[in-house]
Amino acid sequence: MPEPMRSPQDSRETWPFYSAVALFLIVLPLLNVLPPEDSWLHLSDFRLNQFGKFLCFAILAIGLDLTWGYCGVLSLGQGVFFGFGAYCMGMYLALQIGKESVYGSDLPDFMVWTQVKELPWFWVPFKSFWAGLLGAILVPVLFATIFGFLAFRSRIKGVYFAIITQALAFAAWLVFNRNETRLGGTNGLTDFKQILGFRLSDPSTQRGLYILTVLALIGAYLLCRWIVESRTGKVLVAIRDSESRVVFSGYTPWVYKLFVFVVAAGLAGLAGLLYVPQVGIITPAQIGVLPSLEVVIWVAVGGRGTLVGAVLGAVTVNYGRSVLTNYFPEAWPFILGGLFVVVVTMFPDGLIGILRKLFSGGPPAPGLAVQKAQGGS
Amino acid sequence: MKGWRCAAVVTLLMLVSAVTDPQQRLLFAEEVSSQPSETASASVAVLSIEQALLGIQSDDAAVRQASATFLIEKGDAGLIPKLDDIRAEGSRIVRQTIKPVVDLLKNKANLTNESPDFRRSAAADLALTGRVEAIPYLKEAADKEDVWWVRYTMEESWHLLELNSDDPAVRLEAVKKLGELRSLNSLSTLKELIEAGEQSEATEQQKELAAAGRAAVERIETWSMWAGVLETLFRGISLSSILLIMSLGLAIVFGLMGVINMAHGELMMIGAYATYVTQQAFIAWFSPDVFDWYFPAALPVAFLTAAAVGWVLEATVIRFLYGRLLETLLATWGISLILMQAARVYFGDLTAVIAPQALRGGAQVMVGVYLPYNRIFIIVLSIVCVVGVYYLLFRSNLGMRVRAVTQNRNMSACLGIPTRKVDSYTFAFASGLAGVAGWALTMVGNVDPGLGQNYIVDSFMVVVTGGVGKLAGTIWASLGIGGLNKVIEPFTGAVYGKVFILLGVILFLQWRPSGLFAAKGRSADA
Repeated sequence: MPEPMRSPQDSRETWPFYSAVALFLIVLPLLNVLPPEDSWLHLSDFRLNQFGKFLCFAILAIGLDLTWGYCGVLSLGQGVFFGFGAYCMGMYLALQIGKESVYGSDLPDFMVWTQVKELPWFWVPFKSFWAGLLGAILVPVLFATIFGFLAFRSRIKGVYFAIITQALAFAAWLVFNRNETRLGGTNGLTDFKQILGFRLSDPSTQRGLYILTVLALIGAYLLCRWIVESRTGKVLVAIRDSESRVVFSGYTPWVYKLFVFVVAAGLAGLAGLLYVPQVGIITPAQIGVLPSLEVVIWVAVGGRGTLVGAVLGAVTVNYGRSVLTNYFPEAWPFILGGLFVVVVTMFPDGLIGILRKLFSGGPPAPGLAVQKAQGGS
Repeated sequence: MKGWRCAAVVTLLMLVSAVTDPQQRLLFAEEVSSQPSETASASVAVLSIEQALLGIQSDDAAVRQASATFLIEKGDAGLIPKLDDIRAEGSRIVRQTIKPVVDLLKNKANLTNESPDFRRSAAADLALTGRVEAIPYLKEAADKEDVWWVRYTMEESWHLLELNSDDPAVRLEAVKKLGELRSLNSLSTLKELIEAGEQSEATEQQKELAAAGRAAVERIETWSMWAGVLETLFRGISLSSILLIMSLGLAIVFGLMGVINMAHGELMMIGAYATYVTQQAFIAWFSPDVFDWYFPAALPVAFLTAAAVGWVLEATVIRFLYGRLLETLLATWGISLILMQAARVYFGDLTAVIAPQALRGGAQVMVGVYLPYNRIFIIVLSIVCVVGVYYLLFRSNLGMRVRAVTQNRNMSACLGIPTRKVDSYTFAFASGLAGVAGWALTMVGNVDPGLGQNYIVDSFMVVVTGGVGKLAGTIWASLGIGGLNKVIEPFTGAVYGKVFILLGVILFLQWRPSGLFAAKGRSADA
């Protein structure tokens, strides 16, 4: 091995972590509340809400980073798990609309216009908030367990796994678009009014949701960091770098792969759960092939194999997108495509790698050099 | 008076539903023709065309009807302009009388048209008029007809018309004959006859007719089931060949070069746009007589354009990524986004190519089985491509070098094979194949920026199922996936069909994790 393997638990990842926590948990909400509306320091409700959305994406990205960056399992179907979580929460929220809906019926609007008379059976549990909450995590976890079990046990790996998950994203997109699945078809679920009695249109509710999202992100980060610093984390990196050697050392790689895949799916579900009340709509367009691939580019831009990188990438790319699509709507696909090419060919360590070089002149992120030297992934 | 109102209503209905609904046309024809003509033919005699042309404008229903009958029997297409003039000025009743006359005369003229398609549709239209007067034309035309499918339609049409005959023996004979002909178009009429025979007040004749009808319907339905099986089979093969033609290039770069080319679909799109641009060039610069030649001319254009783009891609991006499969997947995905958006910005959203004359229409190989030429063309092209690729890889010098580099790059370089050149040629060739696939796909669909995306997931499924780097695997997998898709589709619909195929592929990979034809030995775990 060309260099001793270094896990990211060393001090280099602590200061970005604390500064990020300080920025998102304290500075941004304070900027939203304290300065007067016309001050240049003031952060509008809209912007804060937007950051909330980006941080949901960051949770999604951290999950993918865990599987791809650490374990080398590239899933191109994270959007599906995100969608499961979002739809579970969306179903709860849709049932909370109640008589306030356009048609004044207890059923969600789309059911009224698609002639559904009775609440379908799988909607019934979502009358309760806890079902929405648990479902948003457990449905993706369960699905990922079955799918991952089938895939990893039969040693579908690397690019095969990527292609299969992409097909999964495609199939899920097709199914969610149908009207007869009773999930709102192309229009998805929207027009939510309240969550646990709090009005969603109220800025203070949104602020609360934002804080919750930051806390969830911190939790997700700590969980993943705990995983990668543990013995399991060492095995994960070993699987990424040379699966055969791990097998020969007496480990069963597929169990580890399944484990991180399921954790990532749960995090994706959590991201979806927090996303829906803040953005107010979930449609099949958010779970297809392209949205799932975008997660990959966030992680790659930020720097895979570093958990902070995933967060940085998700926030940067999405912020860039929201700014750029305002000014040049046609240019975004060019930029996104260009990012894929440039990051992959020139900056495999992403923004974190560049920052490291600038600040400390230190070596690139751990592990990737090994991977390149070996020529496999 | 009631009859008039009824006729008027029926006419209105007919105008609304145009010519598409046979049921209403039959109704209309009976309504107008049957009631007055019985009285008319006896008392009024029409002697010449001129007289008939006057008579048809008469206020007397009997005279009008007799003139119409005379015109139908003796007239020809030359009368149509005159009749149209009369119709333009005439009252509503006159227009109603003239309309079927004009229709019949037009179709009669078309029965001797040069184009078989015209002759056939004229025969089919005559069956829809329900006028027994048309039977002699059809018999006459059928005698001279050489194209079996047109003759078949003529026979079918006159037997259908004979069902309206007054003579029970003729009707019975017609029912039997329709059964023998396996006439799909007669199914609804025959079922009505069966229903009529089942009613309690049915006469002996009706019962006899119904019995014959049941036998005929059974024959027709068995036949149409088999025809359906054949058509499904054909559709399956057709989809398979599209998948195959797309997966070939993918399989080459994946299997031989270790590159996942997500931009393959967009290279296909480039081929399709190259075809479109060639077509526009022919429209702009050449005479319309040679227009159809744009399509063969577009083949090298499509191949070379896509190959050139592929060559540039290889030189600028891909060559930095050899040996890093997942990275090639991501980088080429980025390229595909760029190419797609470029096409959208430059060409706009939707364009289409006009198929050359030779690929329009299709072949009626047997009753109920119609094979469109463009599909046959793609099937043939895919076979040609497979054979071409096989020869190039396993029988040519270049192919030998490609395989050598795949097996052991360093050793090949030592033996003097320019490995970098081999890489770029192989990639350019595979991209060119994508261009050819795009060229062919313009015949079955629109040319739009999303062209490649429609098939890319499916063709990756083919490559994964087939196993990396094996031509035979790609062929079998595309046949399997394409065929299965079309077999499942009628039961589940297109969307769930795709979902089931995905499940099938996942389960299949349980059994064969590296595809149908897996690479064996040390290189297997690369």
